[in-house]
Amino acid sequence: MDILQILSNTGSSLIAPATIGYALAALGLAMHFGFTGLLNMGMAAFMAIGAYGYAISILTFGFPWWGGMLVGVGGSLVFALILGIPTLRLRGDYLAIVTIAAAEVVRLLFLTTTFDKYTGSADGLSGYHESFRAFNPIPDGTYGFGPWEYNANGWWVRIFGITILALAAFILWAVMRSPWGRVIKGIREDEDAVRALGKNVFSYKLQSLMLGGVFGAMGGIIYALPASVNPGVYVTSLTFFVYTALLLGGAATIFGPIIGSVIFWGVQTLLSNLLPAMVNVGLLPFMTTTQSQTVRFILVGVALMLLVIYRPQGILGNKKELTFVK
Amino acid sequence: MSSNDASAAPVQRAKTTGLHKGDIVPGVAKVDPIIIADGIRRTFGGLTAVNVDHVEIPRNAITALIGPNGAGKTTLFNLLTGFDKPDEGKWTFDGHPLAGMGAHKVAGLGQVRTFQLTKALGLLTVLENMKLGAKDQIGENIFRAMIPSLWRKQEAEIEERAIVLLKKFKLDTKSSDFAASLSGGQRKLLEMARALMSQPTLVMLDEPMAGVNPALTQSLLDHILDLKEEGMTVLFVEHDMHMVRHIADWVIVMAEGQVVAEGPPDEVMKNQAVIDAYLGSHQDVDLGIVTGRIEGELNTEAIELAAEVKHLDENIANRKETGK
Repeated sequence: MDILQILSNTGSSLIAPATIGYALAALGLAMHFGFTGLLNMGMAAFMAIGAYGYAISILTFGFPWWGGMLVGVGGSLVFALILGIPTLRLRGDYLAIVTIAAAEVVRLLFLTTTFDKYTGSADGLSGYHESFRAFNPIPDGTYGFGPWEYNANGWWVRIFGITILALAAFILWAVMRSPWGRVIKGIREDEDAVRALGKNVFSYKLQSLMLGGVFGAMGGIIYALPASVNPGVYVTSLTFFVYTALLLGGAATIFGPIIGSVIFWGVQTLLSNLLPAMVNVGLLPFMTTTQSQTVRFILVGVALMLLVIYRPQGILGNKKELTFVK
Repeated sequence: MSSNDASAAPVQRAKTTGLHKGDIVPGVAKVDPIIIADGIRRTFGGLTAVNVDHVEIPRNAITALIGPNGAGKTTLFNLLTGFDKPDEGKWTFDGHPLAGMGAHKVAGLGQVRTFQLTKALGLLTVLENMKLGAKDQIGENIFRAMIPSLWRKQEAEIEERAIVLLKKFKLDTKSSDFAASLSGGQRKLLEMARALMSQPTLVMLDEPMAGVNPALTQSLLDHILDLKEEGMTVLFVEHDMHMVRHIADWVIVMAEGQVVAEGPPDEVMKNQAVIDAYLGSHQDVDLGIVTGRIEGELNTEAIELAAEVKHLDENIANRKETGK
């Protein structure tokens, strides 16, 4: 068992593009669920639209990297409108059902062979890196130390992702401390009361859905930025993983979703390295290495349940400010 | 705080009279109506919850909407405030037709309401609850929200106004607590104070006294009377007949979705339709004494009550005979 290699992989995962992508999506869910009380179970669709919007506009239409990102973000805004206008009048639990269905529709649209020319159907998309890498200001070479040693492209993706993440966190913080954020939190508590005070609740909910959706789309783009767009990623369980990260950190906080994502990926990577290693040295004689990979997802599910039951406010959340328990 | 403050004897304030034109009948025209409703009908499946031919709410007066449970009072409230849509009918507020208008737009016109089941925003502080009530906030636009220099000044003004109101409602010491930590009565006060933050012209209170302890009832009554003095119009739903008698200038009685009687409180209380609707079940004298508002009137009240009960008993007896 190579403990050092396991720890190195775990350390590396803390600032991996996937972690940053999750953190952005979790920030979007903090906006939707933590602050507005919208039980959006379709975050995976926002991420998929971001990633596919980016990749398709570069591969099919020859857009530059920033054009592709604008398309991804624009696509998520349109999706938020299409999803929000009919459903935001629904009560919370119905919204969850509708969003989960909408996310599946989006995923299957990207997966179907009908649009194979654009989406690559089951193969996904890759080879769209040229434009983004051409903008890399970092000279070629390998930088960093310990687990965090990457080449110029690796650093470029991470620095870009962390910048976007910082920007998103700042925007969320700026709007949530404003009177706009007050209306949003009021809607979470009781939308009729807010309506009675002359606020257009529907419009606020739509704005929240769109802002959180943009964060989600950027998350999807950062996730796909270093490698490829794989349709197997944007499944419903992605939404649940992002919820786990969000609830771990604290649903109604700004830094909670970020810390939650880092911990989520740290633990995931640790387990995915540690469990097979333990099987190999005979510490877990009752399972195979393949089974041990499944066990870690079982552990995620158990962790989510325990979180919701025993610490619904998350790591950073205020004990008094629970979204689940009222 | 001096003890006089809390126990200052309430002064019976003058009622507003001469609100109507012509004979007092259900749907009588008012001298200066703020709300005029025509032909409002709302059905839930086979049940007609509200069926009001014509009703007018007088301006700058306190109007009580009374009636037994299921009379359609709250439904009418919801219809007038845009929280529910009627099957048919039209109504105007201050000259603006409201039919088909959403609740937030109605509120924007200066018609603000509270709820029967108090809606304090639990995980917002008391002060945040108050600030939320203010209208036309610059920082409530998502783009301007990101630039604090645009809304800081207005925010400070709103906060100042909120603190003045909180002091008046004796909630100023709680301003940084979560609203969820307030008692039921304090939440009622907060809800009313929050509604006033929007500087309304018409305040609609749905059972403001429900679940409020008698000591607090006193201050709530005074607050409602103050609203009228400040030039606002009040429409409230209430079951407590003593409260209605004390503060209402005009009473509208509903039963089975219709307006069955209206008039000044003293006259309406004598109306047979009203007595029938209530069957005297709310003619309980305790509350009036506790609030001190009718101190010394106990005897006459009690005598009146006894007479009413006797009268009702006779009515019921008569009805049974004729029914069989």
